[in-house]
Amino acid sequence: MNLLKELRERAGNSKLTWPLVALLTIMLFNLFYRPEFFSIEVKEGHLFGSLIDILNRGAPLMLLSLGMTLVIATGGIDLSVGPVVAIAGATAAYLIGHGTHGQDITNTPLPLVILAALLIATAGGLWNGLLVSRVGLQPIIATLILMTAGRGIAQLITEGQILTVYYSPYHYIGLGHLLALPFTVFVVAAVFLLFWFLTRRTALGLFIESIGVNDSASFYSGISEKNVKLLVYTLSGFCAGIAGLIVSSEIKSADANNAGLWFELDAILAVVLGGTSLDGGRFSLAGSILGALIIQSLTTTIYSVGVPPEVIMVVKAMVIMAVILLQSKRFRQAFKPIIGAFLSLTRRGRSLLRTTRLPSGESASE
Amino acid sequence: MAESAPLLRMKKITKTFPGVTALSDVDFDLRRGEVHALMGENGAGKSTLIKVLTGVERQDMGRIELEGKPVLAKNPHHAQELGISTVYQEINLCPNLSVAENIFIGREPSRFGAIKWRMVNARAEQALDRLDVRVDVTQSLGSYSVAIQQMVAIARALDISARVLVLDEPTSSLAANEVEKLFQVMRKLKEEGLGIVFITHFLDQTYEISDRITVLRHGELVGCYETALLPRLELVSKIVGKELDNLDDVSQLRNSSAKHVSTETLVQARGLGRKGSVKPFDLDLNAGEVLGFAGLLGSGRTEATRLLFGIDSPDSGTLMIDGEEVRRFSPLQFIRRGVGLCPEDRNADGLVDDLTVRENIVLALQSSRGWLRHIPRRQQYEIADKYIEALDIATPSADQTVKNLSGGNKQKVILARWLATDPRILILDEPTRGIDIGTKTEIQKLVISLAEEGKAIVFISSELDEVIRCSHRVKVLREREVVTELVGDEVEEGRIMRAIAGGWEQ
Repeated sequence: MNLLKELRERAGNSKLTWPLVALLTIMLFNLFYRPEFFSIEVKEGHLFGSLIDILNRGAPLMLLSLGMTLVIATGGIDLSVGPVVAIAGATAAYLIGHGTHGQDITNTPLPLVILAALLIATAGGLWNGLLVSRVGLQPIIATLILMTAGRGIAQLITEGQILTVYYSPYHYIGLGHLLALPFTVFVVAAVFLLFWFLTRRTALGLFIESIGVNDSASFYSGISEKNVKLLVYTLSGFCAGIAGLIVSSEIKSADANNAGLWFELDAILAVVLGGTSLDGGRFSLAGSILGALIIQSLTTTIYSVGVPPEVIMVVKAMVIMAVILLQSKRFRQAFKPIIGAFLSLTRRGRSLLRTTRLPSGESASE
Repeated sequence: MAESAPLLRMKKITKTFPGVTALSDVDFDLRRGEVHALMGENGAGKSTLIKVLTGVERQDMGRIELEGKPVLAKNPHHAQELGISTVYQEINLCPNLSVAENIFIGREPSRFGAIKWRMVNARAEQALDRLDVRVDVTQSLGSYSVAIQQMVAIARALDISARVLVLDEPTSSLAANEVEKLFQVMRKLKEEGLGIVFITHFLDQTYEISDRITVLRHGELVGCYETALLPRLELVSKIVGKELDNLDDVSQLRNSSAKHVSTETLVQARGLGRKGSVKPFDLDLNAGEVLGFAGLLGSGRTEATRLLFGIDSPDSGTLMIDGEEVRRFSPLQFIRRGVGLCPEDRNADGLVDDLTVRENIVLALQSSRGWLRHIPRRQQYEIADKYIEALDIATPSADQTVKNLSGGNKQKVILARWLATDPRILILDEPTRGIDIGTKTEIQKLVISLAEEGKAIVFISSELDEVIRCSHRVKVLREREVVTELVGDEVEEGRIMRAIAGGWEQ
């Protein structure tokens, strides 16, 4: 009983609780309205199905929101990630396709292509970081510069064309499979682990949170807040670079105008849905992953349920508003009666579950 | 105070915050046509008294009468309607709006929802005219000097109905000639019968403009005096809380610890200074020594510590720490050389209030080690628990969010942060400000025992008593300049206060 109580307390304190509830609610909705949503098929040794699809298609957003999380945790914001996605894709497509005339060959060795695309995206992040930490621009303005200029740079690289990538090994990044799962899942997992290690196994996470809460006090405590800020924007650019590779590989082309369009806003939304405050401070990488999954599964659900295209955006907005309100403590307090009823329902459901699972006299009393 | 009923009377005002009594039984009264200076050091209760008057805070006990009638301001806006207007220290106007907009923002004369701009501008000109200020009111406020902005703030505060004007440190950001201009305006308003409450810590200005002075200390009324009848030195002694003839209780603690002072010089500054911050000064600090900084608020004592910890870079002089010259001025450089600083404003520059006690304690140690050499979680708890116990920090656990602690315990957390780095030099800027008496004594004892361990300490306090009790030597600052240094038996109230007052009355 104590263990359960503690679990409930922890769930009440954990920032992950509400994003998880939101995600489960979307899943629950699918369970009732479209059970086939959960079916997973094996084709040619690969797993296929809506759930796998969400993981695969959500990969770019998850990557961007990881980078965005750290930026937001320092009290900043990065509006440039969408255009950086386009720049990275354009760089890769140009290096591969330049002078190959539609053949399945590459002009530049693939490792170099990937390295170059990641480098240029990381340089974009570094530029943002320099503007914020050294020039002292407000993050929203500093990154707005690259947001505006970024698509132009991508256009310059593609010379205004949509560059198609015919080189098939490149397609593996966004479309390939590894151990029956989409390759992108492993990319996201690797970046997540890298970020988790960077922030929780070094002191970087503490520094980021400290700066986000009070950067003057952090400075007085000897934290090089300028370098930390520089680093988080650079990392965000790096994430956008990987996302750019995935996006361009998935659609086998680089579209300077539309690749990663409005991704920055989705990434910010994912971070907020994941429970990281825009004021900075405490952050949760896992929360942002959940946030990105909420957005992606919502999109997939809306399309597959057959919501008329003209109201898709409205439905999406309403669901997101509900999720955000649910996260607000003040809202929950104001609407305690309704939520209380909802909770007691779930509690009853849970205790029912428990009695069936634990018939050995464990009572269901709360 | 006899003749007629005063314009404003505050009687037996008491206000407590969790853990501190900010005001206890404070009386204050203001006559028509009077400039009444309100003086006192940090934590004296000046700002709380003003907040109670203007409805920002509600007093626990006591009553306020305006022209003989009891009033209770619900909020600053309501206070203004009652005739009590305030101009705060930081000008809270909008520099990008026009002068006229700033004066009338939120109460623009309008018809059918459309603002009557001509009327706004004309009235703004009138309002400024009353202060003898003539500027183009359609220009943006930011294009004028700080002094003009101050006048605009006053013009905004002075409704036709204003009877009481509160000026909260209006001169701290003004140049000398601008101060003179402000005083002219104050004299004019005085003649019109307004009562002005003038909060300042500049003695010269107090004597130039005020008719009476009320001194607060530790939330208690020290007294109300006619300015003309109160010698400067006596005023200083009222503010710092020591009577001149009460000079005997020199600290036993300090004398007993004096023998620990070694000849090893840890800090040596020569001509260290920064324009607009503190004039060049020399400083030597030995291991095992406590060096006090005495001076009123704004005297440059905090600015000096900013140079000694690399918050600001000096533009003149040299600084040697442990025999090595410091070239790069940043806190990290100083922490790595074994310096720690408890800043004056512990909420703004010290605490990271959304983080836990543990995280706050290990912060400086972690940053001095660099981000790659992460202190393992278990070790973090060990460090935190060690200092929670050693300093007796009242917290349910090391995982408590720091903002939930009381003022004294917050200060201990910051002390713990620096002790965890095992510094050789510790700068404490007002470590006992706003802290209960018990904790105060604990911190004073800690300072002495740290010195005995061989650490060098710079100790700053608004309370002269405390500086004298703890320090082996005292540097006295006045108007951003180190005016004298007192050693050993010279460290006594009379000399310090004379130095602070400026030595006119010897």
